[in-house]
Amino acid sequence: MGFFIETLIGGLMAGMLYSLVALGFVLIFKASGVFNFAQGAMVLFAALAMARFSAWIPEWLGIDSRLLANGIAFILSAALMCVVAWLIERLVLRHLVNQDGATLLMATLGIAYVLEGIGSSIFGSDIYRIDVGMPKEPVMILEGSIEGGLLINKEDFVAALVAALLVGTLWLFFQKTSTGRALRAVADDHQAAQSIGIPLNRIWVIVWCVAGLVALVAGIIWGSKLGVQFSLATVALRGLPVVILGGLTSIPGAIIGGLIIGVGEKLSEVYLGPLIGGGIEIWFAYQLALVFLLFRPQGLFGEKIIDRV
Amino acid sequence: MLYRENGQFRTSYAADQQIFPIAQDRWAILAIVVFAFVGVPLLVDEYLFRAILIPFLILSLAAIGVNILVGYCGQITLGAGAFMAVGAYAAYNFHIRLDGLPLLVSFLLGGCTAAAVGIFFGIPSLRVRGLYLAVATLAAQFFTDWVFLRVPWFTNNASSGSVSVANLQILSWQIETPTDKYLLCLTILVVFALLAKNMTRCAIGRQWMAIRDMDVAAEVIGIRPLFAKLSAFAVSSFFVGTAGALWGFVHLASWEPAAFSVDRSFQLLFMVIIGGLGSIMGSFFGAAFIVILPIMLNQFLPAIGRVFGISISTAGVSHAELIIFGVLIIFFLIKEPHGIARMWSTGKEKLRLWPFPH
Amino acid sequence: MGREFGEVILDLQSVSLAFGGVKALTDISFNVREHEIRAIIGPNGAGKSSMLNVINGVYRPQQGEIILRGQHFTRMNPYKAARAGISRTFQNIALFKGMSVIDNLMTGRNLKIRSNLLQQAFWWGPARREELAHRAKVEEVIDFLEIQHIRKTPVGRLPYGLQKRVDLGRALAMEPSILLLDEPMAGMNVEEKQDMCRFILDVNDQFGTTIVLIEHDMGVVMDVSDRVVVLDYGRKIGDGVPDEVRANPEVVSAYLGASH
Repeated sequence: MGFFIETLIGGLMAGMLYSLVALGFVLIFKASGVFNFAQGAMVLFAALAMARFSAWIPEWLGIDSRLLANGIAFILSAALMCVVAWLIERLVLRHLVNQDGATLLMATLGIAYVLEGIGSSIFGSDIYRIDVGMPKEPVMILEGSIEGGLLINKEDFVAALVAALLVGTLWLFFQKTSTGRALRAVADDHQAAQSIGIPLNRIWVIVWCVAGLVALVAGIIWGSKLGVQFSLATVALRGLPVVILGGLTSIPGAIIGGLIIGVGEKLSEVYLGPLIGGGIEIWFAYQLALVFLLFRPQGLFGEKIIDRV
Repeated sequence: MLYRENGQFRTSYAADQQIFPIAQDRWAILAIVVFAFVGVPLLVDEYLFRAILIPFLILSLAAIGVNILVGYCGQITLGAGAFMAVGAYAAYNFHIRLDGLPLLVSFLLGGCTAAAVGIFFGIPSLRVRGLYLAVATLAAQFFTDWVFLRVPWFTNNASSGSVSVANLQILSWQIETPTDKYLLCLTILVVFALLAKNMTRCAIGRQWMAIRDMDVAAEVIGIRPLFAKLSAFAVSSFFVGTAGALWGFVHLASWEPAAFSVDRSFQLLFMVIIGGLGSIMGSFFGAAFIVILPIMLNQFLPAIGRVFGISISTAGVSHAELIIFGVLIIFFLIKEPHGIARMWSTGKEKLRLWPFPH
Repeated sequence: MGREFGEVILDLQSVSLAFGGVKALTDISFNVREHEIRAIIGPNGAGKSSMLNVINGVYRPQQGEIILRGQHFTRMNPYKAARAGISRTFQNIALFKGMSVIDNLMTGRNLKIRSNLLQQAFWWGPARREELAHRAKVEEVIDFLEIQHIRKTPVGRLPYGLQKRVDLGRALAMEPSILLLDEPMAGMNVEEKQDMCRFILDVNDQFGTTIVLIEHDMGVVMDVSDRVVVLDYGRKIGDGVPDEVRANPEVVSAYLGASH
């Protein structure tokens, strides 16, 4: 029982990270109809920037404080992601308005290549560490109520907390600010939003900035867990089943989908893996999403599609 | 010589429904095919065969397959690499397990197996569409990656995980030199391209396109979406699977699942989008573009660097390649979202009227 | 008018259709006789298009039955309807935008194609002969609709009026016994309307096709149709020859927007 719950909690923690990646997808898809395959590259790029800046800043400025250096590195990386967002809107999206989904998807793959290339040219292509002072030691909880207690990774716990905090902030941003309201209007109907004077281009820049920041947070968490390396770009592929499970346009969908996939992956790895061989979690997540889609083609929270003729 | 169709009157529907109704086109294509069979083997050296021509031919075949599904039937797939893998491994298993099975039969059986798997993974297309479907096809990709890596039966228990074939032979023709390989691929490609063209101009092709353009209306005039979509998945996967078998047997000779990774799937999708969706000709253009571009970059970047007195490291070159490749793709999508095939047909249209602009 | 009609070939019996809680059609019955032109009219949102969608199986009604030449259908689907000889045009033109006019019309011949995929791939004798025979049939439709000059043009590039005509052509290429027309004249100018009227009457006259028609232009409806059904808020409020319908007070009030 204890072991099962541990696995479950581990899955939820991992799922929280998937949710973060999926959130980036959903934000961009909602606002601009672009299925952003570059989300993974953005995570990699942001994590690389963070890792290198936090190593370079003490050298450049002679700061000793780890915290200060990390803080400055975070601000610099965030600014960099905003620049990237602005460039993407200026140079790519603006010229691809009204193209169909497949073309846009391919364009974001192009963006992914460029980001990966530039990222490794500027920041190098070794494996880097991000040390933001996440606690590494595991803790024992609930020793009283469950026999043997539950062993939990503190780092996961903090990560999940940060992710939850980020989601909460985003929710507030979307619901309570006028920019958020404009964003939702654009998501509902581009043309209608434009006709009442919402500047589409600026909204897109903002959305890509937000997605960039989400990528940065995801990059820092994944990076501090696993190290920053090229494989981080494939995180996007891990996030995809989450997106279709939750529905391409639904933020709660991304979060709950992430948790379901995280738990499903962990449980399948632990209980199914030994039976049919390891390494099944990637395709298992996809199959899970797929079976689900057969029953609800629009995803968990996606809008129902009605054909009109 | 002028490109004119004056005086060419088509007096029967048969003449009007030819693949190339304009005489100049017919001659040009015939000349190109003859040149490819006779001229190229005399002129080209081994490196060009290995590095460019053979990959180009095989990937063109795969691109035609992907184009049937994506361009003609409108079902986006990100799992084409998986069907190449199925084709390659199935052909391999037929080849080694059934002694004396002719090589071409192995290839075709590989293609058929891929078609069957394609139908299976096409079933979601009956319920989901667009980008949801695209993601669903990734399931095929990751599943096959895993199966061929982890299930030893498929690789004949090869300890290294990689499989290899040797001594390819069709009847008494030993396929050894790059020229032999080139001719084999060329023959298969020409036949398959013709089949694809025929299908797309017949009833089945119209069914696919009808489903692509307006599926409700297609159903109303009596097209069954089930048959149209699954047949597109089957035919497409058959083409892609056969290409996969060629890629493994003829081009690589020894391969691992990584040869058919998700990057391959993306590459194939690039080819059909850059070449032109819904155009057999476009598949060739796209394949040429994607095959040649990286090689060109690889050759020219260090040279350009030397001109400016910079020596670019190998890592630097590969990063720059990535960047330039990405930029070119974006540039292309912005400049001509309908692909090279559209540029080609506007060019021809202009040539027909030349020197008058209208 | 002195026109002769045959038996009832299409009979709808107490059809009700709802989307979630919204009732689109409530207990509607009417019939269509062979060779007649039957119009369905009503204000916007009256359920006219839903009615057509029920007849050819795009929507499944929760209640009611469709009787087609004596055959009972509780669950119609578009494929069965097409097989049974029902074809239709669409209110917001649903042509295949990426295909040429000829290819669009050729799709209408789809149900009559017998050759299989392999024969087609090899352009084998039967497939080729069939293709040519259907092409000849399609050319007849093209001649009939006077669209010879645009036969090779992708329909996406055609002006609206011509697209409507191609839409009709695709339905005609099926050689239907019942033709459903969803606002065939919406958005057309007077000249285009006259042409379309002529085509509709000619189809009915020359091929004996039964026509069910939705139209907003009252003048046209009263002129061309033999019998008229009037819908309002998903209910049938009138049924009969044009003169009867015109005199029906409920119909008049629905059209003049009297309060309900």
